[in-house]
Amino acid sequence: MALDGKTSDYKQIGTTPDRPDGLDKVTGRARYGADIHVPGMLHGVVVRSPHAHARIVKIDATKALALKGVKAVITRADFPEGLEGEDWDIQENCMAGEKALYDGHAVAAVAATSQLIARDAAKLVEVTYEVLPCVTNVDEAMKEGAPVIRDGAADYSVPEGLHPNVVRYFDTGRGDLDKGFAEADLVVEKSYSTEAVHQGYIEPHACMGQMGSDGRGEMWVCTQGHWFIRRMSAAVLGIETTKLRVTPSEIGGGFGGKTTVFMEPLSLALSKKAGGKPVKIVMSRSEVLRSTGPTASASMDIKMGMTKDGKITAAHGTFRMQGGAFPGAPVDVTTMLAFANYDIENVHHIGYDVITNRPRQAAYRAPGAPMAAFAVESTIDDMARELGIDPIEIRLRNAVKDGTRSTFGPKFGPVGLVESLEAAKAHANYSAPLGPNQGRGVASGYWMNWGGETSASVAISEDGSVTVSVGTPDIGGSRASMALMAAEAFGIAYEDVRVNISDTGALGVNEPTHGSRATYASGLATIKAAEECIGKLCQRAADKWGIDVDAVVWEDGAAKPSGPNAGDHDPLTIGEIAAEMGGTGGPISGHYEGSPTGFSGSFGTHVVDVEIDPETGHTTVLRYLVVQDAGKAIHPDYVEGQFQGGAAQGIGWALNEEYIYGEDGRLQNPIFLDYRIPVASDLPMIDTVIVEVPNPGHPYGVRGVGETGITPPLPALANAIRSATGLRMTGLPMTPPKILKALKEQGNG
Amino acid sequence: MVEINLWSGLRRFADGKDRVEVEGKTVGEILDDLVRIHPGLGPVIKAGVAVSVDGEILPNARHAAVTEDSEVFLLQRLRGG
Repeated sequence: MALDGKTSDYKQIGTTPDRPDGLDKVTGRARYGADIHVPGMLHGVVVRSPHAHARIVKIDATKALALKGVKAVITRADFPEGLEGEDWDIQENCMAGEKALYDGHAVAAVAATSQLIARDAAKLVEVTYEVLPCVTNVDEAMKEGAPVIRDGAADYSVPEGLHPNVVRYFDTGRGDLDKGFAEADLVVEKSYSTEAVHQGYIEPHACMGQMGSDGRGEMWVCTQGHWFIRRMSAAVLGIETTKLRVTPSEIGGGFGGKTTVFMEPLSLALSKKAGGKPVKIVMSRSEVLRSTGPTASASMDIKMGMTKDGKITAAHGTFRMQGGAFPGAPVDVTTMLAFANYDIENVHHIGYDVITNRPRQAAYRAPGAPMAAFAVESTIDDMARELGIDPIEIRLRNAVKDGTRSTFGPKFGPVGLVESLEAAKAHANYSAPLGPNQGRGVASGYWMNWGGETSASVAISEDGSVTVSVGTPDIGGSRASMALMAAEAFGIAYEDVRVNISDTGALGVNEPTHGSRATYASGLATIKAAEECIGKLCQRAADKWGIDVDAVVWEDGAAKPSGPNAGDHDPLTIGEIAAEMGGTGGPISGHYEGSPTGFSGSFGTHVVDVEIDPETGHTTVLRYLVVQDAGKAIHPDYVEGQFQGGAAQGIGWALNEEYIYGEDGRLQNPIFLDYRIPVASDLPMIDTVIVEVPNPGHPYGVRGVGETGITPPLPALANAIRSATGLRMTGLPMTPPKILKALKEQGNG
Repeated sequence: MVEINLWSGLRRFADGKDRVEVEGKTVGEILDDLVRIHPGLGPVIKAGVAVSVDGEILPNARHAAVTEDSEVFLLQRLRGG
């Protein structure tokens, strides 16, 4: 797909108007998942296992059902049997069958006339467990003698002889590692670990499901992708997808964690059992942390070789990841992208997907990439120090560019890693003076982005204003971006475009807002649908003027005659054509459906300055710079917002956030007081530089920007701490107690 | 004939080869021929893969055209957050 749109002289693209949903959000008028209220609505509460691994011997709901106001109790017995593969995994995760597989695993659910009654009833559901040995650590779960969580869960890829908890195995690479390491002047080997962290969206999961005895249902839900909700819920319940219509609410963050189902099928099953009354379920924060997807934790070994002038000759990485009690840790992506920043002839990756007694992991912003970046970019930093080469310079000497063969196979097209490194080097932050106990860290990162199934419609209203219907929920300002792209295509004002997020009954299938795809894919769809409308608008003008449509051009929101034989006609504006469209052929609309493949990855480079308190081990982030390639920034404010959000989440992952499990496998910090995400006072202003290397696969050059930004912060912080203290921290999070302990050991050494 | 480059872990399902020559004019046809030649790769393809053709990554595009000159890589299924 070629770059077939405008590349300069934009009137709308690159401007920063207010977002169309802004007023609703600041006045409280926006309706989120929990804001739905309908007559006769019941409230659902989920009964969750207090054990990390336990056989469910018996569930007795007699006392719960006897409580006044209780309308239904469901267990796994209320769901169809015989599901296979991922559908079975989803069903089993939504509602445990024979065993509870992690602390917080759903084992039953209750619907009642109030949430208080439902909570009381949930406590009256008597579950008899036979507690089993558990394992929550990835390395422990792979060892001989570790409790087997689910025999037979491994797929074709796992070689014989590995523990049954290893469920997928990856082996990728190319070249001759022995030759590459023999050519190196410096070889460094290190092991690293990262903990599981939660997406930490502010809005907990919430939905309302209604399903009658005829198997037809409706759902209102906070989600990144309502077609995914429809497909997964239908699979779990054993109904056809078209029996269910799903409407997305506004969404208070997702970051990948809202691309799957948790309690949504439960609300539908409860509704059906309660005679078709709608059932609303709103998770508490504790439920969110205990039972919805965090990302995977990782244990990693890296070996890299380099010549004395800083050229990487060979790289090898082994990545062990646990993603909870089901297959799906994103180690497949890790093994593709670990060394993707660099031009390396000899490279090899080994990956293990391991199941443990933890909640089923869900996608989290660049799933699988930040962990590997922590290990690889930390190793490169150490090598640069040993060789006496500037950290940006060493990356420039190895950076991929247009035409470089990637470490995962195909050659890159135009990409912006070199440009991001050069912009970082030129930024004032990179030369700001540092004081005592202060240090600077640099790291680069990559995310390959995504296209995905996409369907959009554009309709002209009677007054010439435009309605855009897309199927990707707006998480980061995408309605503004769609409106800008439509306005640019039509040559009309931004304010004359309204963008709606349609329900599953109004458009063809749309994948979620995931993979950094919304602005790229729904944007492309919007432009293509607008172009179809413009063709029809030109035809109406041609008909009116009695000329061939080829003699009509569309400029600045109007059809104009063009060419020597077009004749002399006054331009017809979109408003003038629209006012007459009912009598000139009927409504005018355009449509796009497809799976665009011209997405292109985004590279970024982060520079961070920190100060370490030698008495407490506390890290203060002094300055933070994000430089990233956006291809073309449609709405620069929201591009910067993505950069800053990724950095903020990465800072939390690097310094504070972690899932802490006891020996009993129970999560010990399932509230935000104990699970510490960064707040505004923890962070400096995060500076941004938008690099624009246009993506030839989008009409305006867009490439997704949402995920790359969380990849560099983990190693950038570690490298800054190394710069400030001389300590190489190899395990995340780098909390004050860990740094203080390392400082003391360093002093004693 | 179109040459498909396999990731290294697939060699054990393809008689030790990391490149396989297949017949076909679309992604779907060359994947089908790959499985015909090396049935051990059937579960891999069924589980879901992406294919890159001349640098363009096609996550799910059996209809996409390939030619004898195309550079084709089998890639692992992609996901995002």
